[in-house]
Amino acid sequence: MRLEAIEAPGLARRLGLPAAALAATVLVAAGLAAIAGGNPLDVLGQIVQGAAGSKFARLETLNRATPLIFTGLAVAVAFRARLWNIGAEAQLYLGAVATVVIGTQSGLPGPLVIPAMAAAAVVAGGLMLLGPTLLKTRLGVDEVVTTLLLNFVVLLLVGYLLEGPMKDPMGMGWPKSPSLPAEARLPRMAEGLRLHWGFGLALICAAGVWLLQARTTLGFEMRAVGANARAARFAGMPVNAVLVKTALISGGLAALAGFSEVAGMKGNLTADISPGYGYTGIVVAMLALLNPLGVVVSALFVAGIFVGADSMSRQAGVPSYIADILLASALLFMVAALKLSRFRIVRG
Amino acid sequence: MELFDILVSATFWAAVLRIASPLIFATMGELICERAGVLNLGIEGIMVAGAFAGWIAVYAGLPLWGGVAVAFGAGVAFGLLHGLLTVPLGLSQHVAGIGITMLATAATYFAYRVALPEVSSPPKITAFQPTGWAVLGSQTVLTWAALATVAVTGWVLWRTPLGLALRAAGENPAAVEAQGLPVHALRMGAVAVGSGLMAVGGSFLTLSAFNSFFFEMVNGRGWVCIALVVFGAWRPGRALLGALLFAGFDAFQIRLQQTSLGAGLPYQLFLAMPYLLSVLALVVMSRRTEVPAALMTPYNKGER
Amino acid sequence: MAEILRLDGITKRFGPVLANDDISFALNEGEVLALLGENGAGKTTLMNILFGHYMADAGTVTVAGTPLPPGQPGAALEAGVGMVHQHFTLAGNLSVLDNVMLGTRPLFSLRAGRRAARARLAELSGRFGLAVDPDARVADLSVGERQRVEILKALYRDARVLILDEPTAVLTPQEVEALFATIRKAVAQGLAVVFISHKLGEVMAVADRVVILRRGAKVAEMRSAETDRHRLAEAMVGAEITPPDVPPAVPGEVLFRLDRVSTAGTPGLRAASLALRAGTITGIAGVSGNGQRALADLLSGLEVPVEGRAELMGAGLGIWSPRRAVGAGIARIPEDRHATGAIADFDLTGNAMLEDYHRPPMSRRGWLDRRAARRRAEEIIARYDVRCPGPATPIRLLSGGNMQKLILGRVLEAGPRIILAAQPTRGLDIGAVTYVHRQLLAARARGAAVLLISEDLDELRALSDVIHAIHDGELSPAFARGEITVKELGLWMAGQGGRDAA
Repeated sequence: MRLEAIEAPGLARRLGLPAAALAATVLVAAGLAAIAGGNPLDVLGQIVQGAAGSKFARLETLNRATPLIFTGLAVAVAFRARLWNIGAEAQLYLGAVATVVIGTQSGLPGPLVIPAMAAAAVVAGGLMLLGPTLLKTRLGVDEVVTTLLLNFVVLLLVGYLLEGPMKDPMGMGWPKSPSLPAEARLPRMAEGLRLHWGFGLALICAAGVWLLQARTTLGFEMRAVGANARAARFAGMPVNAVLVKTALISGGLAALAGFSEVAGMKGNLTADISPGYGYTGIVVAMLALLNPLGVVVSALFVAGIFVGADSMSRQAGVPSYIADILLASALLFMVAALKLSRFRIVRG
Repeated sequence: MELFDILVSATFWAAVLRIASPLIFATMGELICERAGVLNLGIEGIMVAGAFAGWIAVYAGLPLWGGVAVAFGAGVAFGLLHGLLTVPLGLSQHVAGIGITMLATAATYFAYRVALPEVSSPPKITAFQPTGWAVLGSQTVLTWAALATVAVTGWVLWRTPLGLALRAAGENPAAVEAQGLPVHALRMGAVAVGSGLMAVGGSFLTLSAFNSFFFEMVNGRGWVCIALVVFGAWRPGRALLGALLFAGFDAFQIRLQQTSLGAGLPYQLFLAMPYLLSVLALVVMSRRTEVPAALMTPYNKGER
Repeated sequence: MAEILRLDGITKRFGPVLANDDISFALNEGEVLALLGENGAGKTTLMNILFGHYMADAGTVTVAGTPLPPGQPGAALEAGVGMVHQHFTLAGNLSVLDNVMLGTRPLFSLRAGRRAARARLAELSGRFGLAVDPDARVADLSVGERQRVEILKALYRDARVLILDEPTAVLTPQEVEALFATIRKAVAQGLAVVFISHKLGEVMAVADRVVILRRGAKVAEMRSAETDRHRLAEAMVGAEITPPDVPPAVPGEVLFRLDRVSTAGTPGLRAASLALRAGTITGIAGVSGNGQRALADLLSGLEVPVEGRAELMGAGLGIWSPRRAVGAGIARIPEDRHATGAIADFDLTGNAMLEDYHRPPMSRRGWLDRRAARRRAEEIIARYDVRCPGPATPIRLLSGGNMQKLILGRVLEAGPRIILAAQPTRGLDIGAVTYVHRQLLAARARGAAVLLISEDLDELRALSDVIHAIHDGELSPAFARGEITVKELGLWMAGQGGRDAA
C-alpha cells in the first residue's frame, strides 16, 4: 500500500473528507456517551443546547472563544512558517503577567493604560517565543520540545510570582494578583451585553493576520519559508529573520489571550486562568487549516464544544473530559482527512 | 558540609534510581521509535495512559505484573494509532504526536471519571515493594526491569538482524525497501513497542513509586525523555547515563531544598530545574550530528 | 543459453498517463541487455514493477520460468534479481557490511552472523574485482565505491540477474571502464545483466542486445552488433538528434573571478581558481560530490570564501548572500529545481516573483502588487513556452521541463550578465534539453558569462568554450574547446590529471 498524489482533487473529495472527519468525531462522541452510561442522542443534544441554545449560552461560547481565537491565530501564524510553537500556553501566561504589572503599577492615565497593557503583553509573549526560535535558528534545537518544556517553567514562575512579588495583600492568602483598577478593564462591546472588547480585538487580529499573510511581503516570506525553507533561502529570503519576526507575532498573539482574559474577564491573575488554551489553540488552528479567518469559525466551534460539554456534564453526568477527547479526535481525523483529500491509497 | 552529606547518603542514591526508572523505560521507548525514524510526541499522553491503565487494572484485581502488561497494551494501542497516522499516512509527526498526547490524556481522565464516578480521592493499591536484595535492596523489581530494558534495547538494536533493519529504516528507508524488507511494518512495530515501553514507564509511577493515580502525575516527564534521547545521542547506554544524571540532579535538588542553602530560594525554582536542565541538554548536544538521517521523514513506497 | 527473465505485456497507468504500454522482452543467462530510452520513457516504472514496488495493471514477470507474485518487493530479490538503483539505496551511517547484510537473515533470528557474512563478502569482492573495506562507513566512501557496495549487495544475495539503472551517470570515464570489466566478469560467470541507460556510446560498448523504449512503449529491439548509434538514437527519440549549433565564442572581459578560493564544508572548494568571461560558456566536469555544490553555492550567494579572493566585475564580493547575488545580476539555475528552485505548493505567480517580490514593481512599501505579479508570470509563461493551465496553477503539477522553463524565465528575463547553470538538463526530455541549450547559447551570444556544471560529458564538451574538471574541491586548469580528450578529462576528474598524461 502506498499513497499516490491526486493532481487535481475534486470538490467532493476536498469537502467530503473533512466533513467525514467531523462526522467521525460526532460518532466518537456518541460512543463515549454510551460508555459513560448516557443516551448518545440526548448527550449530543445537550452539548448543542448548552453551547448555543440560549442567549446566555451563546455569549458564554463567544467569551470562551475569545482566548482561543488568539491562541489559534498564534499557532496558525507560526505553523504556516513551519515554526512549531507549542508554547502558546507560556506566552499566554507571560502576557497576563505583563498585563497585570502595567495595569496595577504603571499609573498611566485611563485612556493610555489599556493600550500600554496590550503592548506590554505582546512584547512579553513575543520575547517568550524568541528564545526557542533563536535556539532553533542558531543551534538547530527542535523548538517543539523547548517550547513544551518552557510551558512548565513559566507556569512555575507564575506560581512563584503569585505567592511572592505579585501576591495580592488583600487576597486572604490565596495566590492571586491584585485586581486591575476599573480604568484598566476592557469595556463591554455593548451596553448590557456580557461580552468584552477582547472579542472585538480578536476579530480585528484575525483580519490583520489574514491581510499580513495574503497581501504583504512579510506574509509572502512567511508562507514561502514554511512551504520550502531551502527554496526561500536560495531565492534570497532572510529565512532566520523571517522566523524571528514570525515568533514575535505568534508569541504576541498568544499573549493577547492572556491580556484579554485578565483585562476582559477575570480582572486579576491566578495560576489557573488558562485551562490549556495554548494547547487547544493547536486544535483550533489545525481545524481551520491554518487560515486566520477560519480560526474564528473553528474557535467558536471548539469553544461551543467546551461550553456545551460543561453544561451537558451537569445534566447527564457524562464527564466533561468528553470535550477534550472530541477535540483531540477531531484534530487527528482532520489531519488524516486533509492528507487523504490530496492523496489516494493504492495497492502497489 | 551539607551538600557532601547528601551525595554520600544511601537514601540519595536510592532516590536517584527511583526517579530515573520511569524515565529509563520511556526514554528507551522513544529511542526505539526515533531509531526507526518516527518522532513520538505522544509520549507524554501515553505515559499518562500507562500510569492509569496499570493502576486501574491492579485496582480491579489483576496482579501487579498484570497491571504492567495492561499498561504496555494501552501504550501499544496508542502507538499503533500514532504509527497508522505517521507511517502509512505520512502525517506530520509533530502534529500527530501532540494530538496523541491530547487524546491519551483526555481519554485517561474521562476513563477515570467513568470508572470511579463517586470517589473524592483516588483509591490506593498495594504497589511493588522493595526487593530487599543485597544490592540496592530498597528498589522494586520494576527498577531492575528498567535497567534490563536498556541492555535488551542495546542488544536488539546492535546485535540482531531486526535491530539492523530498524536502524536502517531510520537512516534510509529506501535501502530497507530495496532489500525486500517492509519499511512500514518495521516502523509500525517500533512505534508500537516503543509506546508500550513509554506506558510501562508511566505505570512505574502508580505501581512502584506511588500507590495511586493522580492527574498531572506525569507532569512533563515525557518531554524530558524526548530531551534525554537527544542528550544520549540515540544510544541506549548514553541515554541511561543521561537519565541517571538527570535523576541525580532531581534527587539532589529535593534534598537541597531542605538545607539552609535551599531554604532561602523559592521552591518553584527547584521544581523548574528538570525542565531547564532538559533545555540545557538540548542546547549542549545541538551541534552533534548523530540524528537518525530519516527521522521525521515519512516513507512512501517507490519514491526516492 | 537459458532464458532467465521474461517480461510479458507489462502495462501501468498513473491517472491519465500511460507509463508502460504492453512492454515485453526476455533476457538470457550470460547476456547483457541494454534498456535504452530518454528520461520519462518508462524505464524506471518498469523496474519498479519488476521489483514489486508498483503493481502492473496488466502483464507478468517471470524469473527462471516461475512467475513473480505482483506487488511483493521481496519476490524479485528472492528469485535472484538484484538491482543497483540510480540513486543508491544505502544507509550512509551504517558500515558496508551492515548494508550488505541488511535483510539477508530472518529478522527474528538472535544472531547477526557477522563473521560468515564478512568472509562471504571478501570472497565476492575478490571474485568480481570489487574492492571495498567492509568496515568503512558508507557515508565516507566515494561514489564509485558506493556503487561497488550496491553491486556486492546484489551478488551477496545470489543474484542471477543484475539490473544497473543509469550506472555510469556518476562515474569518471575510467571508472566506467572498470564497471564494464565487472559486468563482463559477471556475465562470464553466467549472470545476466540489464543495463539501463540513455547514453548511446555505452550501450554500444557493453550490450549484446538493445531494447528501446519511447513514451512508455517498446519501439524497437535489435542486436548491438547489427546496429549503430544513429539508428539507436533515431529509435530512442523518434527523430535524428541534431547537436546544438555552437558559433565561435567572442570572449569579453572577466565578469567573475576566483583566485585560490576555498570554502568551508565538505567537500568545499580548495584553492580553486576560475575566470568567467563575457560571451563564453565555462564548463565544470566532475563526478557528483566533488565540490560542484560548493562552487554553485558560492556563485548563488549561499557560500562565502574562507580563503582566497573572489571578484565580481572587478570588485570584491562584500557581504555576500543570495539576495546580493541576485542584485548583482547573477542568474541562478539551481541543481535541484524541485527542492531549491521552486516552492512546489506555490502557484506559478508566486514562484515567478520569488527573487524580486521585495521591490517594485512586485511590491511597494511591504505590500504586494498582485496584479503586477500575475502579469509577470503571464509574460514568462508566454515568452518561455511554459505549458500550463495558467499562472494560478501550483507549480508541482508541471513537468520537469516546464518547471525548468519557468525558472529560466524568472532568472533570464532581466538579461543577467552572469549565469550559473547547475545540472540544468538533468532529468529532462530531449525537447526540454534542446530548449535549455538554446537559451544558454543565446545568453552567451548576447555577452553573458555562463558557468555550466554538469555530469554529462557530452553536453559539457558540446557547449563549453572553456572546461575545468573538479575533483575533491580542486579545479583543474582551464582547457579550451578541443584541447583535451575525454580520457585526459577523466584523469583530471579522478584527481590524477597532469601526473601521467597519456
